[in-house]
Amino acid sequence: MTLALSANGAGNKRMQKSDLTSARIRSAWLFLSPMLIVLAVVAGWPLLRTIWLGFTDANLTDLSQTTFIGLENYYVTFDGEAYGVLVDPDWWNAVWNTLWFTVVSVSLETIFGLFIALVLNAEFKGRGFVRAAVLIPWAIPTVVSAQMWGWMLHDQFGVLNEILLTIGLISQPIAWTADPDTAMWAVIMVDVWKTTPFMALLILAGLQMLPGDIYEAARVDGVHPVRVFFKVTLPLIKPALMVAIVFRALDALRIFDLIYVLTSNSSDTMSMSVYARQQLVDFQEVGYGSAAATLLFLIVAVMTTLTLMAGNVKLSEDPR
Amino acid sequence: MNQRTKRIIQQTVLYALIACVVILSVFPFYYAILSSFREGTALFSSSILPEIGTLGNYVSVFTEGPFGTNILNSVLVATAVVCLSLFIAVTASYALARISFRGRGLLLMTILSVSMFPQVAILSGMFELIRALGVYNSLLGLIIPNTVLTLPFTVWVLTTFMRELPKELEEAALVDGASSWVIVRRVFLPLMWPALVTTGLLAFIAAWNEFLFALTFTLSNEVRTVPVAIALMSGASEFELPWGNIMAASVIVTVPIVVLVLVFQRKIVAGLTAGAVKG
Amino acid sequence: MTLRQTLLAGAVLTFAAAGSVSAAELNIACGTVGKGQQLCKEAVAEWEEKTGHTVNVISVPTSTNDQLALYQQILGSGSSDIDVFEVDVIWPGILGSHLLDLSPYTNGAETDHFPAIIENNTYKGKLVAMPSYTDAGLLYYRKDLLEKYGEDKPATWQELTSTAQKIQDAEREAGNEKMWGFVFQAKAYEGLTCDAIEWVDSFNGGSIVSAEGDITINNPQAAEALTMAASWVGTIAPEGVLNYQEEDSRGVFQSGNAVFMRNWPYAWALSQSDDSPIKGKVGVMALPKGGEEGKQTGALGGWQLAVSKYTESPDAAADLVMWLTRKEEQKRRAIEGSYNPTISSLYTDEEILAATPFIGQLQDTFTNAVARPSRATGANYNKVSNAFYNAVHEVLSGKKDAATSLEDLERDLKRIKRRSW
Repeated sequence: MTLALSANGAGNKRMQKSDLTSARIRSAWLFLSPMLIVLAVVAGWPLLRTIWLGFTDANLTDLSQTTFIGLENYYVTFDGEAYGVLVDPDWWNAVWNTLWFTVVSVSLETIFGLFIALVLNAEFKGRGFVRAAVLIPWAIPTVVSAQMWGWMLHDQFGVLNEILLTIGLISQPIAWTADPDTAMWAVIMVDVWKTTPFMALLILAGLQMLPGDIYEAARVDGVHPVRVFFKVTLPLIKPALMVAIVFRALDALRIFDLIYVLTSNSSDTMSMSVYARQQLVDFQEVGYGSAAATLLFLIVAVMTTLTLMAGNVKLSEDPR
Repeated sequence: MNQRTKRIIQQTVLYALIACVVILSVFPFYYAILSSFREGTALFSSSILPEIGTLGNYVSVFTEGPFGTNILNSVLVATAVVCLSLFIAVTASYALARISFRGRGLLLMTILSVSMFPQVAILSGMFELIRALGVYNSLLGLIIPNTVLTLPFTVWVLTTFMRELPKELEEAALVDGASSWVIVRRVFLPLMWPALVTTGLLAFIAAWNEFLFALTFTLSNEVRTVPVAIALMSGASEFELPWGNIMAASVIVTVPIVVLVLVFQRKIVAGLTAGAVKG
Repeated sequence: MTLRQTLLAGAVLTFAAAGSVSAAELNIACGTVGKGQQLCKEAVAEWEEKTGHTVNVISVPTSTNDQLALYQQILGSGSSDIDVFEVDVIWPGILGSHLLDLSPYTNGAETDHFPAIIENNTYKGKLVAMPSYTDAGLLYYRKDLLEKYGEDKPATWQELTSTAQKIQDAEREAGNEKMWGFVFQAKAYEGLTCDAIEWVDSFNGGSIVSAEGDITINNPQAAEALTMAASWVGTIAPEGVLNYQEEDSRGVFQSGNAVFMRNWPYAWALSQSDDSPIKGKVGVMALPKGGEEGKQTGALGGWQLAVSKYTESPDAAADLVMWLTRKEEQKRRAIEGSYNPTISSLYTDEEILAATPFIGQLQDTFTNAVARPSRATGANYNKVSNAFYNAVHEVLSGKKDAATSLEDLERDLKRIKRRSW
């Protein structure tokens, strides 16, 4: 910026710059206002309400009879026994399930997504068709694809067992979603299948915005492609990759519908969202469920901050 | 090994990889198509070979409910969500990416935090809000919450992309005295196509597939969207699942997305030229 | 005269006759599924014509869990969007506070219905729902296979176990690799509560929580019942049964790959459809006893109609409910859709018996069915059921033995109960 402005002469440079800066900041808030209004009105109220309800004994049976009970939903002792989300073993089981699920599935999705994006970025015949084909898993509504997989993973008439039996990889049908050892892996597999396209597409968009001349230079210099990938491509697409990872992790930490359809409330695969839903809806404990949802929010916030720090993402970085 | 053989081997490996990816992605969909042509007990068959099937499921999908209207609803809602959230996100991300002001990092985190609550937890608050706004059981009542759902994501992605664009582009325009709005429209938009198409597409799919809000905020079949319509399809009796119909409907609703990708993927490719300005 | 004008004229006439106020517009959620919805629509149309009110039939999720969630959302916000609901037999305790007391509108009609169901539908002294039809768990068996191996219908679960094992082994020997002895529903969901309460009750192990609200589940009979059920998984039942719902087990049975199946009455008509490989080879009976001392039982299912407390036209809505649950309508539904009536006199009705002979045989099952403890536990029922089916699931999947699991369950239930339900 200094370079461009120095042409205006040194005398009024300082004044003009601060004028320009404050004008730009004003327009920044103007530009932000539609988003801020929408978020404040539509998202703000439900979110704050949930946090508030976490401190009450609200019950779906009669929401008008709600009283403030402080932290009792989180932790309270009664007749020598501790109650509350924080001492509920089911909740901690759900937390570990969710964290395990998130780490494994997001890692797998990142690796596969990168791989697919690199393939799709290459020149070959029928690229348009392949791109469309790869997006299909993401395009099928989750309610449908979860049921579809439930059917394909069925132990008796599921097509997956049929194929594996025919190839000879297994000797008898596996009850994928029923067996505690495989249930979580089945969920992870379906999630990876479904959301890898999301990763691939975002990474692909990042790859497409890279300048072509860098590769040209690397090719002329005879640098090995793998080296080019790690030394040039990866650092350049890192911002896009980090955003993709953060949003995938956010989704994974809140995973609900896939698990709910595939294995319902089974404790082997119960995630934090499934737990919160069970309390809020099945058990009608709006207060307790909201407390769980608020804890979920806090856990997600911590995880996100850690991911952003680990990825060395600077939130207020200026354009290069 | 000469260059030619090396090239052939490279090509073969590439195509083999592509084939693997395509088969893995498409197989369940292929299986859905197969099932959509099966009826009755044949649905319990796990054969993966196509056979002469029936079109009965497709006919009953359209005759048993207002499925055409449902598709139209989904298209309207998803399109409106994409337009709204892209508009809001482009303006917001310009401010967030290009203008430095205090509290920018905090603002980005706040936007992100909207995506940190489980959907089911904000459902009842959202329900009250929708009713208070008087848009319950209308398409508008789906567009508003879905926009909020996709907004954090679009803002973040566009901010990241916009930050990557070179500084010089904007400075030239600033010196010419162009307003911020003109800069966004004339300078950035043309360069942002790949990011816009990608985020737009992902937002479209997200809105197209959204289920929980669509189920809770609508009541009559005429304003329901496709996922809800599919989920509410029912068999002849309580526990019976109309598998054939569900599969037929899924095939029908997946086709528009595939077409959309085929149409817009050229725009994603167009991004290749964007690099030229940087050099 | 167009149809609308005809209807209008009819409406005007009706009002003149009844001296009634303006026509109401109602929303009803009934019959989520094909045949039931069609029957409901027909009956609703008749009522519209009779009274001049308008009724919209709304479709809701097929899964009962999702249905309940939706209704709770709507009722919880005090919205009048749905006036008349179809409610599951376990819901009166959960939704009761949002439902209208129907007793002023019944004119004593409730005395015709099975008393157990009317009692079930009474919430804090108010009759909040009228029964529409009833259901109970049944045992389906392959007549042809029992005959082929010279076996009798099992009187006890123990007999069922040995018969199933014998036929399964023999069939597999004969090359029928996929044959299983017994399929049921053991996914961790409400269906498992139904299945397991049947096992426990057939061994005289009670119904988890007694009518007085005492926790009774930790007893040796219940442990015996669950131990027996756990022995099936992996031997006569596929391991996948641990994730089966009704349709999964029907899939196995209807493909001809199971000797016995526990399921609801709906599976009968489907097993007799034209493309069914087992058409004409299926028998239905009440579930076996738990040993010689045990009893025949079945989990009570079925649906009721209820009116939202927040409706703008309670009179019309209650009248619609009475219309849809009256004797003539139940008879029509029994004949056309095999829905089991809740009025005992209909079980001897010649026309119904002619249309569906199998209803008559099972009257005892329906009247003696074991109710899940939804009344005793009220709004806590879902928590109780959840704790119960998770405990049973742990026994079935071999994670815990029955005695330990029931002990843990008792402690969990006490925690849920705290002072009172």
